[in-house]
Amino acid sequence: MSAVSATSDVDRIRTILARVPDPEIPAVSVVDLGIVREIASDTVIITPTYTGCPATIAIEQSIRAALDANGFADVTIETTLSPPWSTDWISDKGREDLRAYGIAPPPKGANAASLKNQAAAECPRCGSSNTEELSRFGSTPCKALWRCNACAEPFDRFKCH
Amino acid sequence: MDKLATYALRLGDDSLILGQRLSEWCGHAPALEVDLSLANVALDQIGQATHFLNLAGDLEGEGRDGDALAFRRDVMDFTNCLLVEQPNGDFAQTIARQFLFSHYQVLLFEKLAAARDTRFAAIAAKAAKEVAYHATLASDWVVRLGDGTDASKARMIAGLDWMWRFTDELFAMDDVDAAAIKAGAGVDRASLRAAWNARIDSVLAEATLVRPASRRATTGGRIGHHTEHLGHLLCDMQFLQRAYPGATW
Repeated sequence: MSAVSATSDVDRIRTILARVPDPEIPAVSVVDLGIVREIASDTVIITPTYTGCPATIAIEQSIRAALDANGFADVTIETTLSPPWSTDWISDKGREDLRAYGIAPPPKGANAASLKNQAAAECPRCGSSNTEELSRFGSTPCKALWRCNACAEPFDRFKCH
Repeated sequence: MDKLATYALRLGDDSLILGQRLSEWCGHAPALEVDLSLANVALDQIGQATHFLNLAGDLEGEGRDGDALAFRRDVMDFTNCLLVEQPNGDFAQTIARQFLFSHYQVLLFEKLAAARDTRFAAIAAKAAKEVAYHATLASDWVVRLGDGTDASKARMIAGLDWMWRFTDELFAMDDVDAAAIKAGAGVDRASLRAAWNARIDSVLAEATLVRPASRRATTGGRIGHHTEHLGHLLCDMQFLQRAYPGATW
């Protein structure tokens, strides 16, 4: 395979995977969430968000199905743990998709932030920063439960990780 | 199973048994937010267990994977520390166990993440980020219960008192640890004790509590000598594979 077609294969795979939604948060693609780490013409490397994330298997199956359906049945999927997934890998588009879906995106540089005394989340509904954390653990491992004191709506916040 | 595989098994068993214990709270916790929290902590632990037990199976090389190791061993083959198998008791007792263990796990995984053996280091680096949340959650509750009402304080003290005798085992070293250190996968757990003491003391001070009185340590989990509680836990956890060996779906 020539270098040119290999590159275009990589681009095509990237385009395909950019349309594969996360099974738990379908508004965001597995590429924008930073789950897809590397794409080569014969391999896709993915990484789990949390060690126990139940969506990990579903994500691999969705990627497999998308590759198969688009003529990339021979492309293998590999899983790596290192370096560990970080919310810093969520793309700017991914952050906007999260907000539009009603989930406050995590601040960048999350690794440096302390778990206590996090900056207040911005309410994805009304934009107010007058918000409070209700529970650090939410409906999925990657989300915390918050409430907006301005519009009184509860919302999910993507945890810094 | 050689010593390095046994080492991976011990790490996996600690996480598996604690994850199973915490799962018992699902639907029973004192508040919805607590229910979600404990279920999430359980999920993290079981996720870590899956990675460590799969690694143990790979190192053993007999074709057993994480599921086989979790569901098809009997109680004397489990190598978890005694602390994680202790019953949930009331909420304060559960929090006491989580508090003592999570701070140990934070220190352990931070060290293990720097290990030369990348298989162990990769799991630990990932798990370290998760257990930091667990330690924060448990510490917050120790403070809230300890510095709360007379009733909550009494329960927190009783919970810590129950769990305390099992903490020495967390830092005990043996030939399996020595072999793991030699192989570039080990951690000198005895050296974590001072940092652990400091973390525990600082939270207890904020909670207006003091360390429970020292007492003779109860150990034996690493070599399969367990308290009566583990067998009952396994009855639940392993029921399906015992009733229908090899069942898949």
